[in-house]
Amino acid sequence: MTLSLFALQLLNGVEYGLLLFLVASGLTLIFGVLGVLNFAHGSFYMLGAYLAYFIGQRTGSLAAAVAVGVPLMFAAGWLVERLAISRLYGRDHLSQLLLTYGLVLLFNELQRALFGNEVHGVATPRLLAFGLPLGELQSWPAYRAFTCICCLFVAAAIRHVLLRTRFGMRVRAGAVNPEMVEALGIDVRRLLSVLFSAGTALAALAGMLAAPLTTVYPGMGEGVLIVSFVVVVIGGIGSVKGAFFGALLVGLSDTLGKVLLPGLSSAIVYAVMAAVLLWRPRGLFGQPVEAR
Amino acid sequence: MAEALLETEGLTRRFGALAAVDGVTLRFERGAVHAIIGPNGAGKSTFLNLLSGELRATSGHVRFRGEDVTRAAPDVLSRKGIGRSYQTANIFPELTCAECVWLASHSRQAGSSFRGRGGGAETTARGEEALRACGLAGRRLSRAGELSYGEQRQLEVAMVLATDPELLLVDEPLAGLGHDEARMVLALLRKVAEERTLVLVEHDMDAVFAIAHTVTVLVNGRVLESGPPAAIRESPRVREAYLGEEEP
Amino acid sequence: MTLPRSVRAGLLLGAVALALLPFSGDRFWTQFAAKVMIGCIYAISLDLLVGYAGLVSLGHSAFFGLSAYLLAGLANGLGVVSPLVSLPLCLGFAALAALLIGWLSLRATGVYFVMVTLALGQMLYYLFSESPRLGGSDGVSIAQRPRLTVLGRTIVDLGDAGAAYAAIWVALVLSFLLLLRIVRAPFGRVLTAIRINEGRMRTLGYATGRYKLSAFVLGGALAGLAGYLDATLYGFVNPAQFGWRQSGLVLVTVLLGGKGTLYGPALGALLLSVLEHFAERATEHWSAVVGAAVIAVVLFLPRGVASLLEGRGG
Repeated sequence: MTLSLFALQLLNGVEYGLLLFLVASGLTLIFGVLGVLNFAHGSFYMLGAYLAYFIGQRTGSLAAAVAVGVPLMFAAGWLVERLAISRLYGRDHLSQLLLTYGLVLLFNELQRALFGNEVHGVATPRLLAFGLPLGELQSWPAYRAFTCICCLFVAAAIRHVLLRTRFGMRVRAGAVNPEMVEALGIDVRRLLSVLFSAGTALAALAGMLAAPLTTVYPGMGEGVLIVSFVVVVIGGIGSVKGAFFGALLVGLSDTLGKVLLPGLSSAIVYAVMAAVLLWRPRGLFGQPVEAR
Repeated sequence: MAEALLETEGLTRRFGALAAVDGVTLRFERGAVHAIIGPNGAGKSTFLNLLSGELRATSGHVRFRGEDVTRAAPDVLSRKGIGRSYQTANIFPELTCAECVWLASHSRQAGSSFRGRGGGAETTARGEEALRACGLAGRRLSRAGELSYGEQRQLEVAMVLATDPELLLVDEPLAGLGHDEARMVLALLRKVAEERTLVLVEHDMDAVFAIAHTVTVLVNGRVLESGPPAAIRESPRVREAYLGEEEP
Repeated sequence: MTLPRSVRAGLLLGAVALALLPFSGDRFWTQFAAKVMIGCIYAISLDLLVGYAGLVSLGHSAFFGLSAYLLAGLANGLGVVSPLVSLPLCLGFAALAALLIGWLSLRATGVYFVMVTLALGQMLYYLFSESPRLGGSDGVSIAQRPRLTVLGRTIVDLGDAGAAYAAIWVALVLSFLLLLRIVRAPFGRVLTAIRINEGRMRTLGYATGRYKLSAFVLGGALAGLAGYLDATLYGFVNPAQFGWRQSGLVLVTVLLGGKGTLYGPALGALLLSVLEHFAERATEHWSAVVGAAVIAVVLFLPRGVASLLEGRGG
């Protein structure tokens, strides 16, 4: 393999990892703060991708799809949280898991009813339909670079919100100690709604950005969901920093695995996870267990 | 000097920069009641958790019957004969008292877990005996979660007793109890101490001085003073550092 | 654990009804009942983990799938047809896999455990669906179903629907009785207590990890039995049997029925199959109906359908 081809794969791995981060950051915070293992998170990714396809087709613009779709999905997240998830706070994780599993079935059927079983392509925005030269023979699609930049921008924004705002402070407090937020007399209900909706919108945004790269197809959310779980486990539940590095690790091992060990590529990600867990059972940035 | 059942040597546990237990070297004599007192946050519970294996020591050693058990897991220590009761009742709320003591008693029985329904008459008898000793015979079929606070403390002790330990680590057995309940638990501990070695963490000074053979004062994770109750009571350092301020 | 009298009567009645069903001559419903019974074995094997040991595994399908695939491999590759050979091998293989996966995933606790089992199951799914040598995404047909021959005479041929049905019935009854005995034995009581308060069990002297691993292996082996029977009944295995949806579905079955009761999950398997069957007839979007039913049960019957039988729902 030439150096430039290797560099190309490296870049693709980073890009995949960054997209995963958008999904995993919401997943990890929703679990850390709300205590909800949200299987429907993958459905939000899928719905995002379908929105990109649907709105993009009508308006011819992915940017328009994002501008309309993200607020739309934020609202959808709000609805789901208020109507269903919020009824289960304080119940065990199993009830929540069961509920979100039911939601997955519902969302899958919604998608089938609205869009059918076909695979749909989504056009790359024309402005970005060119390649960035990489070495003499290779070039890297500008849209992928754009995706990276978008994701990094969002990651920086998440970091800013978490570290520099009052909302973020509360979320972080909640991720460490959910009872504490309650004790501080903060309007927990709204905090949780906003957090869940924001996570939903982020997952949907990831789906929209990914749509031109992966095409849009039924069940696309599930693969991403499971890999995002892997990211969350590697990074440590409740840790956004962990989700970031975990996502990059997973993105890179998946992409490089495809090149170096074809045929075993999908299994590699899980092997990486197993290795991390053997080393640190609570993930890279998780809270260590005090009592043995 | 009597034989030491348990010894610690430079036992230390750090949480980040804070040394909760800092270089504690103590010997606990067989058959004695050894009380550990000290202000809140002195590291008493952490010390017990180190002895029971629930926390791992940062450095130092623990020897039980002369054997180094510093790194042993809680279940191993329990089977070696170190029993532990907790500050807040640590029980199985959904199970009945009889089931709780049966579990404790059954832990001494090797193998045969897959067979039979009761798991041996001897096991059951040891559990029932512990319940009776703790005054809970009448509550055998009540769920542990439905007991009064005092009864839960009694059940806590009954469970430890049912494991037939040589050494008991008892963490604040009187905390939160009413006067009559406290007297009853104290009498129970005294009876237990006739046959077993006790390490007792307790805030109630009258109780401590009434029952203990040796008292150790822990302050900021270090041993301030250790000796017979009378000497501790008279020690000016202890009075200054602890008794003077804390006694109500 | 003692079963309420009404439940005991219901179970007995159900077992008799299932035994008599093939004599009605209705092939569709017989096949349907066979599928339900396999679902029951699958569900109660997971109930041991979820309902008693408190181990929420989302990778339970791994053992179902591995056993089914091994049967296919034995039959197609090595020409092994005797169930006396293939059954112990398949169950042993499932148990061995459970030992390995359990050892790894039990290092994690709580929700980490859920995710690790999920991911390991999914790893197998990809392994089998992407490797052409293992049949790829199309799966594998089993050339010869298990059959028992003595001196050239076939005594039991599980390729025959009636014989397969009988075998499945026997397997379900035995599995149920075995699990019932286990959860009532000291082992089951210790498992329950570990679920309630593991830390306390450790200071009482229990090597809790060993108990949990034993339960995991036992549950895995029984899931392997379900997989073996499934492959025998349909003569076909496919990688979707490994997927997280399968694991999710079994878990949903257990929770819908009522975890920690054994009969609840069995009932859950029946109800879910019936619901699926009729929803499938009524609408193309039947899985939305199932999804809605799942959500309704979570919200309104937190302890599962079994809690209705005990007369203390909600």
